[in-house]
Amino acid sequence: MVLLLEQLLNGLQLGVMLFLLAAGLTLVFGIMGVINLAHGSLYMVGAFAAAWVAAQTGSALLAVPAGLAAAALAGMAVELLVLRRLYARDHLDQVLATFGLILFFNQGAILLFGRQPLFVDIPEGLRGAVEIIPGVPYPAYRLAILAVGLLVAAGLYGLIRHTRTGMLVRAGATHREMVRALGVDVRKLYTLVFGLGALLAGLAGLMAGPIFSVQVGMGEQILIMTFVVVVIGGIGSVRGALAGALLVGLVDTLLRAYLPALLRGAMQGPDADALAAGLASMGVYLLMALVLLLRPRGLFPAHA
Amino acid sequence: MFRRARRPSPGWLVLPPLLALAIALPWAAEALGTPASTGLATRMAIYAIAASALNLVLGYGGMVSFGHAAFFGLGGYTVGILYAHWSWQEPLWGFIPGTTSLPVTLLAAMAVGGAGAALIGALSLRTRGVQFIMITLAFAQMLFFLFVSLKAYGGDDGLSVRRQGEFPGLNLRDAAQLYWLCLSLLVAWLLLLWRVTRSRFGQVLSGARQSERRLQALGIAPYPYKLAAFILSGMGAALAGALMANYARFVSPDMLAWTKSGELMIMVILGGVGTLMGPVLGAIALVGLEYWLAALTEHWQFVLGPLLIAVVLFARGGLMALLRRPGAPGRAQA
Repeated sequence: MVLLLEQLLNGLQLGVMLFLLAAGLTLVFGIMGVINLAHGSLYMVGAFAAAWVAAQTGSALLAVPAGLAAAALAGMAVELLVLRRLYARDHLDQVLATFGLILFFNQGAILLFGRQPLFVDIPEGLRGAVEIIPGVPYPAYRLAILAVGLLVAAGLYGLIRHTRTGMLVRAGATHREMVRALGVDVRKLYTLVFGLGALLAGLAGLMAGPIFSVQVGMGEQILIMTFVVVVIGGIGSVRGALAGALLVGLVDTLLRAYLPALLRGAMQGPDADALAAGLASMGVYLLMALVLLLRPRGLFPAHA
Repeated sequence: MFRRARRPSPGWLVLPPLLALAIALPWAAEALGTPASTGLATRMAIYAIAASALNLVLGYGGMVSFGHAAFFGLGGYTVGILYAHWSWQEPLWGFIPGTTSLPVTLLAAMAVGGAGAALIGALSLRTRGVQFIMITLAFAQMLFFLFVSLKAYGGDDGLSVRRQGEFPGLNLRDAAQLYWLCLSLLVAWLLLLWRVTRSRFGQVLSGARQSERRLQALGIAPYPYKLAAFILSGMGAALAGALMANYARFVSPDMLAWTKSGELMIMVILGGVGTLMGPVLGAIALVGLEYWLAALTEHWQFVLGPLLIAVVLFARGGLMALLRRPGAPGRAQA
């Protein structure tokens, strides 16, 4: 019971991390029609910038703005220099160009920081554990991630539902051509959305630092999961991204936690562990295939 | 509607001399004292088969598959697993004997690749657009993790194929003979694709790319045609994977990684989408670039990345478009 509660929280925490990435990706996808494989690179940029500043200054308070700024600046630079020219192109060109960006960012990170993973300490005030219910301690840092993720989700909801910019974002996701035809400066909107997405990716990256190691390739691992989330949720829908992220986070975490024990009932220990790890990794893709076959446009389709 | 007048283009005249050059390559490599070039050319020929296979669905059929590494890997693992059971002297599932005979393993690889493509294609082709890209990726990732978890066949570490496949009349331990085998299979595969894309089947396929609704109005259901093309494409990619397992004498889950699917896609786009020779050019260019850049600097990807972006931004239609009309901007892609 206690284990289940911990695993559920772990799943939710992975879910909100995925949400931070998926929110930006789904908007870029839905509004600009761009498949941005380099979104994971922005996550990596945020993580490296924060890790480096934290190592240099020893201050988590400085690391946070550094990570956010680095990711947002990298994102806007990418949008201005490369992606802006790709909006009218087909998905193939976008995949190729953003694949090129991944190579560039990964090698750039190797040039600057080397191949060794960087390790980041958990900030001073968040090192301990909190008893969520009496007798069940849970790491404070992971709870903080969960809180930040949910706050951002609420903030995004407010931004998209109740502001003028949010109205344009929603309109852009459902009726792209019409927004353009009504004389809205879509280029400004695009840069804004892309910058926001990059900022959220950077936030996810800098929070991931103390949990996972900060290394080259970290972006691609989570990028593919993020695509799964976006497709499950419905492209262009932030609500769908939240639902999809929590679902994927829970499914992945629970499979990893319980599948080995289940399989060990039927097979040898090490073999069962290896097979369980593989099956658990397959789980979210199976989920995505099922969702796509039953509801090809995702759970919350944005394009009505 | 589908039919357009074809005049013989001067490009065809270039092909025979190019083929002669390709055949002579191992001797030239020997004479110039760079025997490693034969291996490089073998890799190019193998990837050319895989990229042309992807191009059949991607370029002619308009189905952007982001999971073709799955079939490449299935082909490779067919060779690897048949070898493993041959070396253990223990039939697979108790009734399929292992073997190292190349004709058998190549055919088996194509059968497995085709079956995999039939299964994945039948499900994936119910979706289109971005969803198709993502569902093919999802299936490829599932297979990737499946092979990672199969400890019996090496899991993460992969599987060594210690014995070279045997082909009657050939000694495949000789790099040149393996190269000629791969080259002839590439030529045969290209001839097949050339025939297929110019047949009625090919016309329907390209009609499905342009407009499925128009095709349906003509009374043709596109789904069976698209599925057939997907299966043929999967078989081609599996053939390439099987050859790669023989060349590298090693298979690993890396063959099914999503980056491999991306690389195949890059070759197609780099060379020219929907052209017969484009993917071949793209494979030669990408494998060659990687080789030369890697010799120059450890950080070759730092150069390759921006180069790819430049190709997308400034050379639309890929290398084929550059060759067709030198100096002029490439034709728009369909």
